[in-house]
Amino acid sequence: MQSETSPAVGSLVRLRGVRYVIGGRAIFDGLDVDIRRGEVTAVMGPSGTGKTTMLRLITGLVTAERGEVLVDGEEVSRLGRSDLYRLRRRMGMLFQNGALLTDLSVYENVAFPLREHTRLPERLIRPIVLAKLHAVGLRGAESLLPAELSGGMGRRVALARAIVMDPEILIYDEPFVGLDPISMGVVVRLIRELNDTLGLTSIVVSHDVHEIAAVADRAYLLSGGKVVATGSPSELNALDSAEVRQFMQGLPDGPVPFHYPAPDYAAQLFGARR
Amino acid sequence: MRQIARELRQSLSGSLVRIGKYSLFVGRLLSETPRALLRFRLVVEQVYNAGALSLVIIMLSGLFVGMVLGLQGYDLLQRFGSEESLGTAAALGLVKELGPVVTALLFAGRAGTALASELGLMRATDQIAALEMMAVDPVRRVVMPRFLGSVIAMPLLAAIFSMIGIFGAQLVGVQLMGVDPGQFWSQMKGAVEVADVMEGVIKSCVFGVACGAIAVYEGFHAIPTAEGVGRATTRTVVTSSVVVLLLDYMLTAVML
Repeated sequence: MQSETSPAVGSLVRLRGVRYVIGGRAIFDGLDVDIRRGEVTAVMGPSGTGKTTMLRLITGLVTAERGEVLVDGEEVSRLGRSDLYRLRRRMGMLFQNGALLTDLSVYENVAFPLREHTRLPERLIRPIVLAKLHAVGLRGAESLLPAELSGGMGRRVALARAIVMDPEILIYDEPFVGLDPISMGVVVRLIRELNDTLGLTSIVVSHDVHEIAAVADRAYLLSGGKVVATGSPSELNALDSAEVRQFMQGLPDGPVPFHYPAPDYAAQLFGARR
Repeated sequence: MRQIARELRQSLSGSLVRIGKYSLFVGRLLSETPRALLRFRLVVEQVYNAGALSLVIIMLSGLFVGMVLGLQGYDLLQRFGSEESLGTAAALGLVKELGPVVTALLFAGRAGTALASELGLMRATDQIAALEMMAVDPVRRVVMPRFLGSVIAMPLLAAIFSMIGIFGAQLVGVQLMGVDPGQFWSQMKGAVEVADVMEGVIKSCVFGVACGAIAVYEGFHAIPTAEGVGRATTRTVVTSSVVVLLLDYMLTAVML
C-alpha cells in the first residue's frame, strides 16, 4: 500500500485528519486526501463510505467536525458566505442526477451562471453557451426542457453548465450511474478531454472500476472512513490487499461482508423469542 | 404522570424551537426584501404564479360567499324590517372579514401548497444544492421572489374576492329577493368608510406575509424525500390556516 502523507507540491485540494460525524456515526475519521493540480483524481469505494460527503466537505456544503479541508490553501470551513461563494465560482460540480433547473430550457440552464454572475449582453452570452453545448455535443438540444432529455443528455447539459464559468476544479458525483454503454463512453471521453483541453483539475467520485481505470490519473479507495489504498488504477489492481481486491474484482464477500450485522440466523428462526 | 410531563415539556420546547426558526427565517426574508425588489422581473413572474393562477378559484368562491351572504343577510335583516341595509352588511362583512380571511385560506390551499411542493422538490432533486454550488444564494434567487409574489398577490386577490362577493350579494338581494337597488347601494356608500377598507387591506397584507413565509419556509426546509415533501405541503396548509385565523382575531381586536 502506498501512503500519501507528504505534502504534494502541486496539490490543489488537501484533506488532513478529517473527522465527520452524521447521526452519531463517524463517516470519516482521520481522512487524508491530496488532489493534484491538473490531474483526474478518482475517489472510489463501496456505497455508504461517504464519497459524496467528501465532495460536500470540499465544496463547503457541509463542514468537518475536526481536521483541515484546504482548497488552494484556503480552509473551507473558516470561509464566510461571500468568500465561500467566491471559491465556489472557481469550481464546477456535476450532480448525480444533473440537478438542472426544471423550469428553464437547456440553453437557459447553461446561461444561468453567466446571467447571475456577469452583466454580459446576450450577444456575448450566446456564443459562450453554444460553445459549451457544442463541447458536450448538444448544441442542437438548446431549446429542449430538462424533462425532455434522457438521463445521459441531462448529465451532459449539466456538464456544459458546470464549465460555463471556466472553473479550475471540476467535480463529478457518480457521473456513470444509470447510463447506457454509449452515454458512458461519451462521459468518460468528456471527462478526460475537458480536463486536458481546459487545464482543469478533476475529481471523480464513482465505483465503476473499469471507467475509472480508463479516465483517472490517480485513484483513492475509501473504506471504513479512511483511505485504504491510493495510486494509479493499474497500481491499485496489482495491490495484494484483501480490501482492494474485493473492491476491484467485485467479490461479493470479504472484508466488506455480504450480510448487514445481524444476530445468529438459526437462533433467530428457532429460538430466542423475546 | 412524570411521562406526560416530560412529553409535554418536549413538545413545548419543540414548538418553541420551531417558532424561533420561523422568526429567524422571516427576519432574513424581510431583510432581503429591498434587494429582491430590484430583480422585479422574477417577482412579477411569481405574482403571476401565485396570483393570476389563483384567480378562478378566488372569483368563484367570492361569488358564492357573496350570494350566501345575500341570502342569510336578507333573512336576518328582514326580521328587523331593515333589509335595505343588506348592502352595508354584505360590504362590511366582505371587506373587513370574509374577503381577507377566505382569500388567505384559499390561497394557502392553492398557491401555498404549490410553492411548498415546488421548493421541496427543488431540494429533493439537488437543484437547491446546485444553486449553492454555482455560488447563487438560493434564498435570494428562488425563495425571495416567491415570498414577495405572495405578499403582493394576496391583497389584490382579497380585493377581487370582496368585489365579486358584493356583486354576488347584490345578485341575490336585489335581483332575487327584491331589495331596492337604490337603497342597497346608497346605504353601502354611506356606511362603509375608508377606515373599513383599510382594515381589510392591512389584514390581507399581513396574511400575505404569513402565508408566503410559511409556504416558502416549509418547502425550503422540507426533508428531501417524497414523504418529506408531502408532509411539508400538508403542514403549509394546516399552519397557514391556523395562523391566519389567529392573526385575524388579533388584528380585529386591535383595529376595532
